Amino acid sequence: MKRVILLGDEAIAQGAIDAGMSGIFAYPGTPSTEITEYVQHSKEAKEKGIRSAWSSNEKTACEAALGMSYAGKRSMCCMKHVGVNVAADNFVNAAVTGVNGGFIFVAADDPSMHSSQNEQDSRFYGNFALVPILEPSNQQEAYNMVRYGFEYSERIKLPVMLRITTRLAHSRSGVNVQEKLAQNELKFPENPNQFVLLPAIARKNYKALIAKQPEMEQEGMKSGFNQYIDGEDKSLGIIACGIGYNYLMENFKDGKCPHPILKISQYPLPKEWIAKLVDSCEKVLVLEEGMPVVEEQLRGILNRGANVIGRLDGAVPRDGELNPNIVAKALGLHDAFGLNIPELVAPRPPKLCDGCPHIDSYNALNEVLKPYGKGRVFSDIGCYTLGFLDPFNAINSTVDMGASITMAKGAADAGLVPAVAVIGDSTFTHSGMTGLLDCVNDKSPVTILILDNETTGMTGGQDSSALGKLEQICEGIGVEKEHIRILKPLRKNHDEMLQAISEELAYNGVSVIIPRRECIQTLNKRMRAKFANKK
Amino acid sequence: MKKDIILAGVGGQGILSIATMIGVAVVDKGLYVKQAEVHGMSQRGGDVQSHLRISDQPIYSDLIPMGKADMIISIEPMESLRYLPYLHPQTGWLITNSTPFINISNYPDEEEVKKEIAKIKNHVLINADAIAKDSGNSKAANMVILGAASLHLGIDFDALKKAIHASFGRKGEDVVNSNIAALEAGRQAAEEYETKHQ
Repeated sequence: MKRVILLGDEAIAQGAIDAGMSGIFAYPGTPSTEITEYVQHSKEAKEKGIRSAWSSNEKTACEAALGMSYAGKRSMCCMKHVGVNVAADNFVNAAVTGVNGGFIFVAADDPSMHSSQNEQDSRFYGNFALVPILEPSNQQEAYNMVRYGFEYSERIKLPVMLRITTRLAHSRSGVNVQEKLAQNELKFPENPNQFVLLPAIARKNYKALIAKQPEMEQEGMKSGFNQYIDGEDKSLGIIACGIGYNYLMENFKDGKCPHPILKISQYPLPKEWIAKLVDSCEKVLVLEEGMPVVEEQLRGILNRGANVIGRLDGAVPRDGELNPNIVAKALGLHDAFGLNIPELVAPRPPKLCDGCPHIDSYNALNEVLKPYGKGRVFSDIGCYTLGFLDPFNAINSTVDMGASITMAKGAADAGLVPAVAVIGDSTFTHSGMTGLLDCVNDKSPVTILILDNETTGMTGGQDSSALGKLEQICEGIGVEKEHIRILKPLRKNHDEMLQAISEELAYNGVSVIIPRRECIQTLNKRMRAKFANKK
Repeated sequence: MKKDIILAGVGGQGILSIATMIGVAVVDKGLYVKQAEVHGMSQRGGDVQSHLRISDQPIYSDLIPMGKADMIISIEPMESLRYLPYLHPQTGWLITNSTPFINISNYPDEEEVKKEIAKIKNHVLINADAIAKDSGNSKAANMVILGAASLHLGIDFDALKKAIHASFGRKGEDVVNSNIAALEAGRQAAEEYETKHQ
């Protein structure tokens, strides 16, 4: 067996390539991006004709993956946790249609919000949709679970959620890879009504979905990913979910924990084993990376049953990711500490790169807006969110993909004029276009800056669906041609930018300003590659 | 054998190259490796760190427990101090570049930073930028620091050189040689520093 060093994300990608996946669909989002990038850069995937280009957003990705499954092939869609909100309409209904070819839905959660605006736990979505969830504890399990997930998805005829968190996604380790499987043949669903969710059919499908739940629970005790590991010291039993298991075992020499452990890597939860743990131990500690999903189920609303400790009583902090020290404390073990951080160490937050085109855009916008005062700029998700920080202090909101345009519209409709939206090119095609249509239909007095750096910058420079199409999209949606302004954000063009922005702020209707200049990172990367080729 | 190493620096300084070299150097030694990296927002000029764990026993956690790290390897002096809670207070080594990377307005006084570093029991403070330049590759400060750390890594020095060959080979002989020169100069500078400060 070959052993390779892979990121958790890469282990999922290689696992999918080896398991006969025909296509991967995704929108970039930390910490999920590297899964799709790995397939895009894989020579093997190219030779096998595995489809891997970026989708416009998570919903289109999920839908296309379901379509590929309809056609009998194995498909995967990947996203960060907040992307699950975008894809949720399709994901939840895909549980009711069921699948044909194996379908794995990868949700990469970001507890501690390293690169995110919340730390929602995708296991809620999995439970809500009533589908099986797999939660690997290490890179090898992630690899293995993809192969198992496709097979199981085809066997139970449901999408399977693969839920990972940042630390697994972005940590490398040795992975043993298995023999390669061929892709599925094109094949229609056996039941031609399966994917038609008219109420009469949906009711039937939904009953069938509910009826599968006991079988899914039994599967979680057979597949080997959940394990009951007995221990002598019954003063405490431990339920360790996903990578919580690693932080637990890190605290015991040679991996020998004296307490009984229920390792959870597959849902729905195995009730039988939970009952055994609760009945045989005085107290049960729940360790989960993310929100107290399992703990809440165990406690119930009245908390009068099992003696449970975890995030809800403070044995483990209520928010943030786990680590070995947090788990040591919860176990009552000695919690080590090195040396204190000297007071002089200053925070070093991320910032816009030197030479970034957004700097010139914000400098111009700030100057034009000065007479109107602060509080009028609704922004979005991307590098330009850093415009909130010093020295710019240029934006007043960042909420979700696309919310800049629609929030500016709502504020303008309330009478806050001028109201400005600042959104990136890729975020615009992800979720800004429909909001722009609302603005046009209402003739709302908003000025929208689409900062076009011709890439998806924050996640590392992935292709933008908007490339070369922005003006036509805006025109097609109905923005008047004379109020679509293209600028080149450079210091020498500062005065020209001031004038254009002032004019559009004064217009009582929808304006779109597109400051366009390539991201300095992708430009440098391109130049380096060009230089290297010349040599 | 167990080495838990925190790699520190500022986004774009090349800490992951250090991790890669160490990873390549130990990959065929039958050791277990885990390496947690930072991707995403913080890479934009913010502080970045990587947890690199090497052991002859299976490794569970991707993160190093606090107070247990054997070494902090840093390409930036102030950043080396940010991870002190991870360093083993008695046996841990702090190996750092003395050249600051100043992209914030409230960067502390450089001499005060050096004084804080000098308080650490086992430390090496060298000007990796200057040493890299002298050895013919101004971009190889990270390899200088790796060379300095090599005294206490417990990894065969030749294996590190081979790792540089394997990783930079396709960029040509000059790049390989200048990076190896930087590695050797870093090791020598650390030896001198340790002798002087014993």
